[in-house]
Amino acid sequence: MLRVDGLSTGYGRVQVLWDLSLNVDEGEFVALIGANSAGKTTLLKTISGVMRPWSGTITFQDKRIDTMHPNDIVDLGLSHIPESRKLFTDMSVKENLEMGAYPRRSWKERAATMQWVFKLFPRLEERKNQLARTLSGGEQQMLAMGRGLMSRPKMVLIDEPSNGLAPKVVAEVFEILKSLHAEGITILLVEQNVRQTLQAADRAYVIENGHLVLQGVCSLLRDNEHVKKAYLAL
Amino acid sequence: MHLLEGLGVTKYFGGLAAVSDVDFYVDKGEILGLIGPNGAGKTTLFNLISAALKPTRGKIFFKGRDITPLPAFKICRLGIARTFQTVKIFPHVPVVRNVMVGALFGTGHRISAKEALKKAEEVLEFVDLTELKDVPAGDLTLANQKRLEVARALASEPELLLLDELMAGLTPTEVAEASGDIRQLRERGITIIMIEHVMQAIMSVSDRIIVLDYGKKIAEGTPAEVAANEKVIEVYLGEECDVAS
Repeated sequence: MLRVDGLSTGYGRVQVLWDLSLNVDEGEFVALIGANSAGKTTLLKTISGVMRPWSGTITFQDKRIDTMHPNDIVDLGLSHIPESRKLFTDMSVKENLEMGAYPRRSWKERAATMQWVFKLFPRLEERKNQLARTLSGGEQQMLAMGRGLMSRPKMVLIDEPSNGLAPKVVAEVFEILKSLHAEGITILLVEQNVRQTLQAADRAYVIENGHLVLQGVCSLLRDNEHVKKAYLAL
Repeated sequence: MHLLEGLGVTKYFGGLAAVSDVDFYVDKGEILGLIGPNGAGKTTLFNLISAALKPTRGKIFFKGRDITPLPAFKICRLGIARTFQTVKIFPHVPVVRNVMVGALFGTGHRISAKEALKKAEEVLEFVDLTELKDVPAGDLTLANQKRLEVARALASEPELLLLDELMAGLTPTEVAEASGDIRQLRERGITIIMIEHVMQAIMSVSDRIIVLDYGKKIAEGTPAEVAANEKVIEVYLGEECDVAS
């Protein structure tokens, strides 16, 4: 479904990703693991069109997307839920969700989709008329996820959804990811919560200093000596 | 005498009690953990201590002195520094200059630009950002921006440091490293109150933990006591949580 081939990119003159290739099949739940500054967020931003590749190609459902605008990529059914949330802070919860339904094909169904999002995040329904900036950190993360789902994506790129959430809510977020996966949504997840990620995902890629260093099914990576030492603090 | 003590601290936002009649203290040299569900009032309590907000009721004492009426900059100069959960950096200014702000305006004494630069470089070394010191702060990764926040707070030479979710977004291995840094700060004589959701860190680093829920203190004790508390498990940890990991 998603194919990244020989991707290199960076900021200014600083190269961040080096000749990186990966693929995600339809219906898969794939994770990206790596230390801070490894390039994981940069990779997601390049896939969603927020950043441009220096070289290499990105295809989504056999269509080249590396020269497309981010909004056109969302239209194709690929949604990005960014790390720093990027909410419309002076708009209400409901309005933020509506913004996520902006692509033409999802706009008409926004009322029904919002009910689906409220079912996933009941807290958002309780607070639907509140301004986004008055939400707690955890609630803001839920809103960012909810907004990303409002376009009814086929695939989501999710950047650190558990960041800043209480343990009980982290467990809930992973449950939500699993239920999205069960509904047939393809997932590419960046997470620092390595333990739970390797429990939840099918496969994972390990990125270090912008290079792909390891990949495999999660059940095997959990027992990999390097993964244990560098990411699980074992 | 406690280093910091709050009595009946209460903050209303409209009709909502974000912090409700909370008593707390921290002793010199202690590491106090502050946990609780999202929206429990933890960051609001930090805002009240650092005078970013004024309490609706209650008093806060630092070294026996009532600091409740003081403005934020005076509290910083008395020796209470903080970091922000949602980072408050100057994004277009180089890292080192962000940190100099703490040294120039945060300490209780006058300091030359040269001394401030020296201080900034020293604390950047401690948080391991020396290599990035000339980069605009906005270009740092989120995790590095949080370290920058620590550096800026340290540059004000605090006795009490309030750390708001420093560990969010770190891998377990990075969390272990950051926990070591926090212990090192204590060895330097800095008292710490930390808000954290990463149990691996809070349980191993804290001497004592206070748990807030809906603005109220629902539990207080050693990490082991708090982790075994039924109510804490119910509202915060969840049944499945393996605190040991």
